[in-house]
Amino acid sequence: MVRVQDLTRISDHEWEIPRTFRPDMRVAVRIYATRILLEHIAGDKSLDQAVNATTLPGLVGHLVVMPDMHQGYGFPIGAVAATGFPDGVISPGGIGYDINCGVRLLACSLQAETAAPYLDTLATLLNKYCPSGVGQVGVVSLNLSELERLMREGSHWAARNGYATRSDLARTEDGGCLEGANPVRVSQRAQARGRLQIGSLGAGNHFVEVDRVEEILDPETAAVFGLQEGCLVVQIHCGSRGPGHQVCTDYVQEFQSVVRRYGIDLPAGNWSVRQWTPRKDRLISVQCAQPPILPLSTGNCWPTQPGAPLRRRSPGR
Amino acid sequence: MNTRESGFEELPHSADWQLRVWAESLPALFGEAARGMNALSGAKPASGPRLTRSFEAEAPDTEGLLVAFLSELIWAAEQENLVFDEFSLVLKGSLLKVRMSGSNILSLDKSIKAVTYHNLHIQKTGAGFEVEIVFDV
Repeated sequence: MVRVQDLTRISDHEWEIPRTFRPDMRVAVRIYATRILLEHIAGDKSLDQAVNATTLPGLVGHLVVMPDMHQGYGFPIGAVAATGFPDGVISPGGIGYDINCGVRLLACSLQAETAAPYLDTLATLLNKYCPSGVGQVGVVSLNLSELERLMREGSHWAARNGYATRSDLARTEDGGCLEGANPVRVSQRAQARGRLQIGSLGAGNHFVEVDRVEEILDPETAAVFGLQEGCLVVQIHCGSRGPGHQVCTDYVQEFQSVVRRYGIDLPAGNWSVRQWTPRKDRLISVQCAQPPILPLSTGNCWPTQPGAPLRRRSPGR
Repeated sequence: MNTRESGFEELPHSADWQLRVWAESLPALFGEAARGMNALSGAKPASGPRLTRSFEAEAPDTEGLLVAFLSELIWAAEQENLVFDEFSLVLKGSLLKVRMSGSNILSLDKSIKAVTYHNLHIQKTGAGFEVEIVFDV
């Protein structure tokens, strides 16, 4: 059991669990948190989970954990690790089952005060154009061959079909498309679960939220992201939906026997990290279907200029 | 209905859902796990004709078979709007044979996205078997 006093203070906001804390650790843990946050973090098993995660083969540098650290499955939530090729390991479900789940922030130059009279209407439109909740279908329904193109091309498919702009691609990691994506690696079940859910938000803790920028702490970075004090922003937490969970379920099941075959030694008593597997030819290439489409759905609810009445914009903008 | 021999109960969990399931045999444990999962999601069967279905699953261990079994039920609920509540199961080594009956879903309160392996360990007890299952929701 890791205690706060076992950590080495690097600075007011950075702490380390040294590699010497447990003999099977391969790298140290670096945690970004205040002392107060750290004491809350120590209330669950997340510090132990971070130490367990450092025993995995092929880790590079530190295991880094963000201030929102809390208990997950194998990894704690908020943990980031890099593994080297070809000796490292990958896991389809180290933290959760949400493959391709994500959070995105849309900047806006509209002052909150200007938008205030329209917020009720905005909420109604967001609810209408961003399908959410149990069993909801998405804004796009595809046949399987078109779905295959979407998986291969990612956000480029979305741009080609009017669901994203070129500037959206420029602002997305890897330009919105992973090289080498191979839909053959995605099971028919995962494809079937995804076919009708493209552009939907999901249930549970997924949301579209309209926020106001209260204070700018780092003007230079804020300018890069287009954030201005007093303006509205939209935060989208999109679920991975059926296909993300099915991909994870499929590969976790497949990896069970792989762990034994390669003789990977996993931390005792933690069944979740048996999901790790050697990195070889099984890198999953699932392209992002949700991210480019939900922002557009959100954008369609936005006034075209400050003070203008809210109306739905035509698709493709 | 829970008895001393078999049943399920929801355990507190900070983010997802967790069930404790117990039964006198492994097939009964699997059936109770399925009924517990149905109860968590609030799946209510529609009246009308019942249907039967059979399938087989393979996994390296019993925990893997349990995950495969429950995953099949999640698939049937999401893709075919079906809920199964009666089961005949045969476990033989790494193979599971299932024959089950159920109905269309009348209503569903919440959806379960996946069955996890998190701390999944079927334990032999004095009265039979017990397992705690975490569902990703």
